[in-house]
Amino acid sequence: MQLIIKEKINMRRIVFAALLGFSGAALAEGGILQGNCSACHNVTGPAAQTLKDAFAKKGPDLFYAGNKYRQEWLASWLQKPERIRPAGMYYGDHIKAGVKSDEIDTATLKNHVALSKADATKVAHELMELKPHDDLIAKEKIEPGTISKQMGEMAFDKFLGCMACHLIEPEFGGLSGPELYTAAKRLQPEYIASFIRSPQAWEPKSWMPNKHVSDGNIQKIVNYLQVLSKETANAK
Amino acid sequence: MLNKFLLLILLAAFAAQAQAGETAAENYKAYCVQCHGMTGNGKGVNIRDMSVMPRDHTDAKAMSGRSDETLFKVIKEGGPSIEKSVLMPPWDGVLSDEEIKDMVQHLRMLCKCKFGT
Repeated sequence: MQLIIKEKINMRRIVFAALLGFSGAALAEGGILQGNCSACHNVTGPAAQTLKDAFAKKGPDLFYAGNKYRQEWLASWLQKPERIRPAGMYYGDHIKAGVKSDEIDTATLKNHVALSKADATKVAHELMELKPHDDLIAKEKIEPGTISKQMGEMAFDKFLGCMACHLIEPEFGGLSGPELYTAAKRLQPEYIASFIRSPQAWEPKSWMPNKHVSDGNIQKIVNYLQVLSKETANAK
Repeated sequence: MLNKFLLLILLAAFAAQAQAGETAAENYKAYCVQCHGMTGNGKGVNIRDMSVMPRDHTDAKAMSGRSDETLFKVIKEGGPSIEKSVLMPPWDGVLSDEEIKDMVQHLRMLCKCKFGT
């Protein structure tokens, strides 16, 4: 009898030790990020290489988050997430036929979970350590400059056509891409420049085309996005 | 020896598949539908604020006025290459020439038309 009890105690110790080891390993590999975020986001890479994989994405890739986002924005957005892509990750899964044109089927869109301040801060910190594309970022030099709102608007609308797919104001522009008027608040300027230069260098199956934008125009866009972000922040 | 030979065949088949790219239907779904619409009728989810409307790919009359070469050029190099809107971007960084050729045929299927008919 005593022997059986002893064995049971030993068994419990083994299970307990195994559990401890497991959670320790999970934490060491990235805690919340590997556990919860990875259900919808690619946190390890590589990026989708086929359209089939790209269509299946539930959220943006995070494995290069440290090259892409501003940490303070991540920490604040994760506590109060608001939709950035009006038609979701793959717009084709969230549209339906409408009277004048295809429309967003809002019933199919899911909201991002909100995190506590402590968790948001921790996750933002973890994300900023994911930097596999330092090489792409190093190629970009952003020179501070000014651009008038009018010139920027002309570029987005008439010269480059960004507004076809992106909202360039809260109520103006296309819906399949992420909104642009908050881009500079969310993203690092070097990332913006690099992604415009070659979206496919970051995401081989991105819906965004390479418009062969000149160096000069890339600088102007980055500066104009700063103007836009400040303006919408003031308006709110 | 036989095993190595089989492995080589498998590798060659895999490489061929990787080079073949995506089907035109899949590419259309990914890149074209956002502006040209789920059914290709030119009424995509993005059009609300556009100054120039996207081409209706089901319009046999308009589509038969464009040669395969013109369609290839506008997909590859964008609207301005055929003096059309900048809102139609160049897809040369995304689609291979082979995929663009397939796309032209896909458009012919949507419009149920040929050039000059």
